[in-house]
Amino acid sequence: MIATTLTDGLTALGPASRAAGAAGAGVAVRLQGLGRRFGAMAVVADLDLEIPPGQFLALLGPSGCGKTTLLRLIAGLDTPDRGSIRLEGDPEGRSRAYVFQDACLLPWRRVLDNVALPLELGGVPKAERREQARRLIQLVGLEAASERYPDELSGGMKMRVSLARALITRPRLLLLDEPFAALDDFTRQHLDDHLQGLFLAHGMTVVFVTHSMAEAVYLADRVVMLAPQGGGLVLDQRVDLPRPRDQDTRVSPGYAAHIHDLATALARWAPGGVVA
Amino acid sequence: MPLTPPRLATWLPPVLSFAILTLVMELGLWVLAVPDYLLPRPSQVFIALYVNSAELGRSILQTSIAASAGLLASALLGVLVALALSINDGIRRAFYPYAVFFQTVPIVAIAPLLVIWFGYGLRTIIAVSFIVSVFPIIANTLSGLLSTDPALRDLFRLHRAGTWTTLLKLRIPAAVPHFLTGLRIASGLAVIGAIVGEFVADDYSQGGGIGTLVLVSIKELKTDKVFAAVLMASLLGLVFFALVNLISRFTRRHWHIAETRE
Ligand SMILES: Nc1ncnc2c1ncn2[C@@H]1O[C@H](COP(=O)(O)OP(=O)(O)O)[C@@H](O)[C@H]1O
Ligand SMILES: [Mg+2]
Repeated sequence: MIATTLTDGLTALGPASRAAGAAGAGVAVRLQGLGRRFGAMAVVADLDLEIPPGQFLALLGPSGCGKTTLLRLIAGLDTPDRGSIRLEGDPEGRSRAYVFQDACLLPWRRVLDNVALPLELGGVPKAERREQARRLIQLVGLEAASERYPDELSGGMKMRVSLARALITRPRLLLLDEPFAALDDFTRQHLDDHLQGLFLAHGMTVVFVTHSMAEAVYLADRVVMLAPQGGGLVLDQRVDLPRPRDQDTRVSPGYAAHIHDLATALARWAPGGVVA
Repeated sequence: MPLTPPRLATWLPPVLSFAILTLVMELGLWVLAVPDYLLPRPSQVFIALYVNSAELGRSILQTSIAASAGLLASALLGVLVALALSINDGIRRAFYPYAVFFQTVPIVAIAPLLVIWFGYGLRTIIAVSFIVSVFPIIANTLSGLLSTDPALRDLFRLHRAGTWTTLLKLRIPAAVPHFLTGLRIASGLAVIGAIVGEFVADDYSQGGGIGTLVLVSIKELKTDKVFAAVLMASLLGLVFFALVNLISRFTRRHWHIAETRE
């Protein structure tokens, strides 16, 4: 339901986004022999990962295992000590967007100008960027709040503003670092649905960091699990549940089976059960 | 932070304590028969306030002009210096010690030097007020400029914002609450600085400020007038502090930024 309204919303954005909404509009990510150490500690070591264009990848792992580090490397916010990161179809990384763990808004700006910020930094004229920001705010269902300041919003609303801000540049690679972890279950599920809708409409590649298996299975095409101390990927599982997924998905046998498979695989890998 | 008028429970205790203390002092000094030139009774101070109200008013006006000018100079130059020091680590390490100098310099010792440079009069008084009040502004603004949320800096970097854009759109606005904290500390110091400046450099051209009035009254052994002047000086400091507090509250509300945690 939500997914279809959002699809309509995004197609209404204009020809550029319609083109971007076509299949295969996402960026392919290729990590080879990636390594990053902090002091003596190898947080990421010799990591290989290929993400095909338009895939929704969930990255699971206990806290402190290097998920944020890996995501920052892909975003180009940090540079690897060794190995390479290639973004096919976007070698300069111009169409990356990043959603931080907390909403990370500028407190002295209204929602409208927070959402418009990436365009402002890209030199888009005021009238045009506000126009676009208004559309995205509508897309995440915050029309009524567009003139408000961040300190007047709930946690879930802030996260939606953050999502709108990330999407305003029409990213072809969307990186999210535990974006809904701090929210209550109800709000989180609602935002998960929102995110899925945006993904279906936009067709971008998504890397979604989470520590919730249920959330990973609900959202992703593929779930990978990162081991601590540069242990690399210890699990790589496809999730082939039909889309759009909704409340029925959460009670379907397929969904339960996937979570069960994940849990078993994790238990095999870590019998002590150290997984967060 | 609504600006509601203070409630009875807020203002009654200090008013009561003031009334009781005044009464105790009055009776105590009277019973012990302390000479007036050593310690005047509160009633005599109040009488002095009334009798000299015109002179006191003029002095307060003059001191507040000097202190305002000193505080304004501190705010403007302090922010400029903080901006310059925030450019990079090398510049900060090289020049921050000179800023600290402003805090540690014994102002009473160098005030006569300022007289040699700027002569007697308002200019020197303003200079002293400035020297005494500039450091908190530099220190707080600088710490604000340097402590921008790393995630927000990442966001700007991700969208390829240049140094200049990041400064204007992120680091300066993020430093505003820190600047306001510095301004609040500086406001009290600017008044103290102006009075110290008057001790050394007043040329009596406008009849003199509060500091001058204290000095002259001491020479005339009019202790009640000294107390009246000191009382007014403290009051002036309070008014400055309250005004800056009001400005700061208004700004924070307008910008939707929280108080710095200190
Ligand atoms: N800039 C840094 N400097 C030093 N150590 C870091 C830095 N960033 C992360 N680390 C360390 O790397 C490890 C992985 O951190 P992180 O990627 O944030 O984990 P996660 O996001 O999975 O919780 C942690 O032990 C953390 O302390
Ligand atoms: Mg993390």
